[in-house]
Amino acid sequence: MAASVVATELHKAYGSTVALGRVSFAVEPGELFGFVGPDGAGKTTLFRILVSLVVPDGGEARVDGLDPVRQYRELRRRLGYMPGRFSLYQDLSVEENLRFFATIFGTTIEAGYDLIREIYAQIEPFRDRRAGALSGGMKQKLALSCALVHRPKVLFLDEPTTGVDAVSRREFWDMLSRLRAEGITIVVSTPYMDEATRCDRVALIQEGSLLGVDTPAAIAASFDRPLLVVRTPRRLDALRVLRSYEHARSAWSFGEDLHYADTRDRVEPAEIARLLAGAGIPDAVVRPATAGIEDVFMDRMHGTAAPGAAA
Amino acid sequence: MNTFRGFVVKEFRHIVRDRRTMVILIGMPLVQLALFGAALRNEIRETRVGVVGAVVDDVARGLAVRIDAAPQFEVVPLASPDEIEPAFRSGRVRQVAVFEPGFAERLARDGTADLQVITDATDPNTANTLLAYTSAIVASYQAELAAEGKIGGPAPAVGVRIVPEVRMRYNPELRSVVLFVPGLIALILMLVCALMTSITITREKELGTMEVLLVSPLRPAQILVGKVLPYLALSLVNVLTVLVVSRWAFDVPVRGSYALLFVEAALFTVCALSLGILISSRTSSQQVAMMIALAGLLMPTVLLSGFIFPVSSMPVPLQVVSHIVPAKWFLVIIRAIMIKGAGLEAFWKETLVLVGMTTFFLVAGIRSFKERLA
Amino acid sequence: MSGAREPVIAARDLTRRFGTFTAVDAISFDVAPGEILGFLGANGAGKTTAIRMLTGLLAPTSGTARVAGFDVYTQTEAIKRSIGYMSQRFSLYEDLTARENIRFYGGIYGLTNAAIREETAELAEKLDLGRALDQPIRSLPLGWRQKLAFSVAVLHRPAIVFLDEPTGGVDPVTRRQFWDLMYEEAASGVTVFVTTHYMDEAEYCDRVSIMVDGRIDALGTPGELKARFSADSIDEVFVRLARGRGVAAEASKRAGAPA
Repeated sequence: MAASVVATELHKAYGSTVALGRVSFAVEPGELFGFVGPDGAGKTTLFRILVSLVVPDGGEARVDGLDPVRQYRELRRRLGYMPGRFSLYQDLSVEENLRFFATIFGTTIEAGYDLIREIYAQIEPFRDRRAGALSGGMKQKLALSCALVHRPKVLFLDEPTTGVDAVSRREFWDMLSRLRAEGITIVVSTPYMDEATRCDRVALIQEGSLLGVDTPAAIAASFDRPLLVVRTPRRLDALRVLRSYEHARSAWSFGEDLHYADTRDRVEPAEIARLLAGAGIPDAVVRPATAGIEDVFMDRMHGTAAPGAAA
Repeated sequence: MNTFRGFVVKEFRHIVRDRRTMVILIGMPLVQLALFGAALRNEIRETRVGVVGAVVDDVARGLAVRIDAAPQFEVVPLASPDEIEPAFRSGRVRQVAVFEPGFAERLARDGTADLQVITDATDPNTANTLLAYTSAIVASYQAELAAEGKIGGPAPAVGVRIVPEVRMRYNPELRSVVLFVPGLIALILMLVCALMTSITITREKELGTMEVLLVSPLRPAQILVGKVLPYLALSLVNVLTVLVVSRWAFDVPVRGSYALLFVEAALFTVCALSLGILISSRTSSQQVAMMIALAGLLMPTVLLSGFIFPVSSMPVPLQVVSHIVPAKWFLVIIRAIMIKGAGLEAFWKETLVLVGMTTFFLVAGIRSFKERLA
Repeated sequence: MSGAREPVIAARDLTRRFGTFTAVDAISFDVAPGEILGFLGANGAGKTTAIRMLTGLLAPTSGTARVAGFDVYTQTEAIKRSIGYMSQRFSLYEDLTARENIRFYGGIYGLTNAAIREETAELAEKLDLGRALDQPIRSLPLGWRQKLAFSVAVLHRPAIVFLDEPTGGVDPVTRRQFWDLMYEEAASGVTVFVTTHYMDEAEYCDRVSIMVDGRIDALGTPGELKARFSADSIDEVFVRLARGRGVAAEASKRAGAPA
């Protein structure tokens, strides 16, 4: 079966700013595919090209076999799209919003109900409430229901979890996993690195370029330098010491811990513990660790990061 | 069709839910009518008019009595022409009527007599109005005299140096409200259609919902027509309200055909809606759309259409500019229908101009409404 | 850390109701000078309402609070002069340059021209702004914008700076640099009151408060909270406290109340 979404050398510039620089990738049917990167990385431009809202300056795309530039009429029947901000009518009720989006796709809530049932059931008790009075998590569920009500073949979700609390975010990803089981191809973007692990495959995106496309596990495994986790109450001092070490590749805070990567092929935890002790931080616990998506992202970012972002 | 109906229903909901806007849209015509019709009307009440030389002359006195009887005037007798200057200066009078000595005899003998009317022109608009009122009274008195046979001759006339106002033929009482109502209709249609349409479309752009609409199978024309249809309906309701209220409260008649009036109003409405579409297609924020609609559409409608200032009294460059103001043409049409009771034969040219403008704006508006984002 | 010095924020039974809906339900806590307090909570838990009361924008229904020594009922103007505020949504004027923004905010808080010039030069150096100093804010990358917005929010040396999701959508490297800036300010005695949806950032705070349905359900150092809930991370603590509360909160909420 042909790929569900294919991009070949997609390129888009606004004036002298390159929003998207020759981006290529393919999403398989039924895949949950994530674009992970900060705001301004080009995620929204990419999504707008794929949903036929923006014409690329160069390159080609196919979504469900259709060209978003030439076959946009037909394509628009088949795709679902949830833009960055939850695009709901604040002055319409929950049910009126859903009914409206069903109507403009020429269908009804009832016809699409089995697909959205699980999500919509959670907001249905408030169906007469104005969308503007819902909390962030609820708005997000309603917006997803609206994007799904016409049973799209491919669903594009642009930063659906931005500004949403950690619990609602988790629930949202659970919903996406279940939707994938229905055979819908889902393309989603997020600035939260930890959400990458919920995707089948992810593309890391930064400043209009892809830093890599693979399964989350493979991306994490691609971190080719030894990584150590350092735990000490004197986190800031330890960071300073580690960063100035001659073999340091990088040292970053990770929650309660520090992640230290070395430029050499091997490094003993004891060596780093000694280094810290020598600098007056005797109680540091140092142990080897496996890298995560965020480690890889920051590592690959270095070459392309904005001025001033280098460590 | 179901899709389209759903869209229109949603638009109506937006309008109804937004109470403030709703109140403005429904209440504004009434407030405007009250303002223009009563408070701001430049009708004149009990302005003091000095009269010189009417004391001994019964024809002159007859005219003075009629001037005094008019609600606009109150006569103040002045003993001699020497008192005119001080009376003006002190503001005791705004206008003076000077009868020539032997006014009645001259009229009887020559069939003409001189009445000099001097008006304080500090405020030219008021001065014009005063003159117009006075000449109306003189004309009717003259007709009265002729009927009684007091003046003879083939061309009986009280020779007065007053330029008669053309409009007064159709508005004998010179009631300004009759003139304002058509202008008010034009203004309200412009406000509701152009302003509201451009705001409602740009609001969807700001909200981000426009992105979803564009990505749906809806055609741009469906989106546009769906957005403007409720405003078209609302506008015609507003026209009806203005007509009913002005008839009931101010006794403003519609002498011509109501059907024709509504067809022309609908034409002007579509013209205003297309302008609204054009503005919103080319702007992305409500604020900018509103500024353009206010400065680019409403101000010309008020100032350049002949609504308040007659086009004929404008400087030539502004007269040229006034030709591209749709309201100017609409005003000619609607005044002809309401006040003169004229039919299409009297203003088919103006109608054609409006049709042309509407087509142009509509095509330009739809063409610049993109199916994609910039 | 708290208690050693006079607290810079002291709230007692602070409550705000909207009609029948209680957005903030009798919260009490102290924040010490120079402390970084992570103010966490689910959407709609009452964080925004609590921050609005503490910044003098919204009068409480009952309870008391003193911010920088001033009363939230009667001395809101004095509070506003003693705090800095920055949110993810609005902080700097996008059509003005960095220099113009610094000048504007400096002017609002009564800095002298000389002081503004000095601060501008210092910031340009610290944030490595270079030529970006004279470019409109909207042309700068988000990360820079947020770092600059933070620096501007503390330009007038406030006692407390309130940060509402300052790092939302910011890349992981810049996010960490942002925290470096926060530590620097805290070390100089400024209290930092910060909300975030990044749970790893909660670990960087001196203390963390977690709001659920208008109440503070947990307050302590990250270590204490993890120990109390026998959790490995603040994320786990948060999920345990907040899961399943969303629908209940929604149902009890009066339609139309701010989220």
